Amino acid sequence: MSAIAAEPAVRPTPPRDASLRRFVRRNPTIVAGGSILGVIALLAVLAPLFAGDAITMHPALRLRPPSEAYWLGADHLGRDVFARTVYGAQVSLFVGVSVATMSIACGLFIGLMAGYFRKVDAVVMRLMDGLMAIPAILLAIALVALTRASVSAVIVAITIPEIPRVVRLVRAVVLGVREAPYVEAAIAGGTPTWKILIRHILPSTIAPLIVQATYICASAILIEAALSFLGAGTPPEIPTWGNMIAQSRLFLARAPWTIFAPGIALALVVLGVNLLGDGLRDRLDPRLARRM
Amino acid sequence: MLSYLAHRLASTFLVMTLVGVFVFLLLHLSAGDPAAIIAGDYATPQQIIAIRQRLGLDDPLLVQFGRWAFRVVQGDLGVSIFSNAPVSVLIIQRLEPTLSLALLTMLFAVSIAVSFGVLAAWKVGSLLDRALMGFSVLGFSVPAFVVGYILIYIFAIDLRWLPVQGYKPLAEGVGPWAMHLILPTVTLGLAYVALIARITRTAMLDVLAEDYIRTAKAKGVATRPMLLKHALKNAGVPIVTVIGIGVALLIGGVVITETVFNIPGVGRLVVDAISKRDYPLIQGVILVFSGVYVLVNLIVDMSYTLLDPRIRY
Repeated sequence: MSAIAAEPAVRPTPPRDASLRRFVRRNPTIVAGGSILGVIALLAVLAPLFAGDAITMHPALRLRPPSEAYWLGADHLGRDVFARTVYGAQVSLFVGVSVATMSIACGLFIGLMAGYFRKVDAVVMRLMDGLMAIPAILLAIALVALTRASVSAVIVAITIPEIPRVVRLVRAVVLGVREAPYVEAAIAGGTPTWKILIRHILPSTIAPLIVQATYICASAILIEAALSFLGAGTPPEIPTWGNMIAQSRLFLARAPWTIFAPGIALALVVLGVNLLGDGLRDRLDPRLARRM
Repeated sequence: MLSYLAHRLASTFLVMTLVGVFVFLLLHLSAGDPAAIIAGDYATPQQIIAIRQRLGLDDPLLVQFGRWAFRVVQGDLGVSIFSNAPVSVLIIQRLEPTLSLALLTMLFAVSIAVSFGVLAAWKVGSLLDRALMGFSVLGFSVPAFVVGYILIYIFAIDLRWLPVQGYKPLAEGVGPWAMHLILPTVTLGLAYVALIARITRTAMLDVLAEDYIRTAKAKGVATRPMLLKHALKNAGVPIVTVIGIGVALLIGGVVITETVFNIPGVGRLVVDAISKRDYPLIQGVILVFSGVYVLVNLIVDMSYTLLDPRIRY
């Protein structure tokens, strides 16, 4: 007994960095996407410590090209483009994560109900079809236009068009497992319905939902920027990437950095989220991975 | 087939009715009084009451919806608050640039994306395949307005090959029309190309793994007919489906691309309507765009039997 027990202890445990290296080799997209996002999130959180002043205007420094003092130059009002780009990451990430969380939460609840209760299903799915028929950006624009522009209005406006996509996904998973023997066994055993839903059905939806959440996050960041760019998003005084591009578009020829800095930051973040999503999909949902 | 058609038309009608309800409610679900929203920030109480009476906002909601829907079905989308012109006339005036841009983009995107997808599936795992997949992730990540400004900077400002912005009607000659649409088409098409190329590659990979492809190869069918006639034709259904679904992407992109390139189309119209809070105009444009989207997908559904005779309704 003691000999058997001692054996694993004697075997040298693989060094930590070896297993890390293996993870990197096997999941290059998760690591690449995660690192891009990690760096940008860190910059966004630590912005007050190093980014400098994103708001104060310096008319004398209008459209100054990148220099040692202003790494990414100054915009048409003499504001520091680097500071504004860093602060813009805060809004983008906040909107992306909030929309992903809220649409997953709402979609999960509605999807569970629609998938499990047939009577709810018919009505809810027709409503979802109707919502899906309106292109997401247009619906978001219309919703924002109804209220005074604010970050929370933008989040709600982007969340609503995303919900039907989550509902469809959850419903499909629920329909797949509803007739499974272990669910039937639970019903036969007299398990209350809420417990069946939470304990036996909900766990099957988690893997696809994590993947879906990353894609929603990416699309929310893009739509937020698009709304701000179109003048139907966050109030213009908040430094967001969409606002920066919208306000600088007349100066493209003279000061391209005022557009390219937020534009590249935006593309990088979305690329990071998409890579992370692709990597997670390959790992969590091999069946889907083959399809894409 | 006929019963399927009837069923499909009925569900399309239902979806459009729901879209109508959503669009109608947009104005009524908003926080404030619709009459006050329409009147704007500086209206007097008398003006608000006048609008309220003119639009019949004191009637029950269902009556209002019935009246509104009855007019919409007849093609009357209401009157723009700002310009006092009928919404349908305003939309028709702006239709040419938007249609030109959208159709040109579809043509460009589908031809490029399907050829790339077929090549990538044929040479799966090759450099070309990996480059294409990399490009498709990029195409989903770089927003249209960033691509647009980069293209303008390189090809219009720096190289001076193409006009910076604007639109020339087809009536003024095909040359200027096409020159003004090159950059917008590429800008708008990028995400669409990424989407279609990805699905084409997957669908082709599925088909290329089938036995009859092996048979075709074994009996000596040349590569090109094998790829195009034997494989691509059978991969048609998912490709056409994604082309239809992608129209939503195209519609959202039209709004942004027209703003970047200053094209006076329907997309610009709705953006201007938002800044002026011209609700009837916003509602009208959303209805028309959603209708186009639903209609395109109805046509896509119907085309399945042509693409794949095994599918019978």
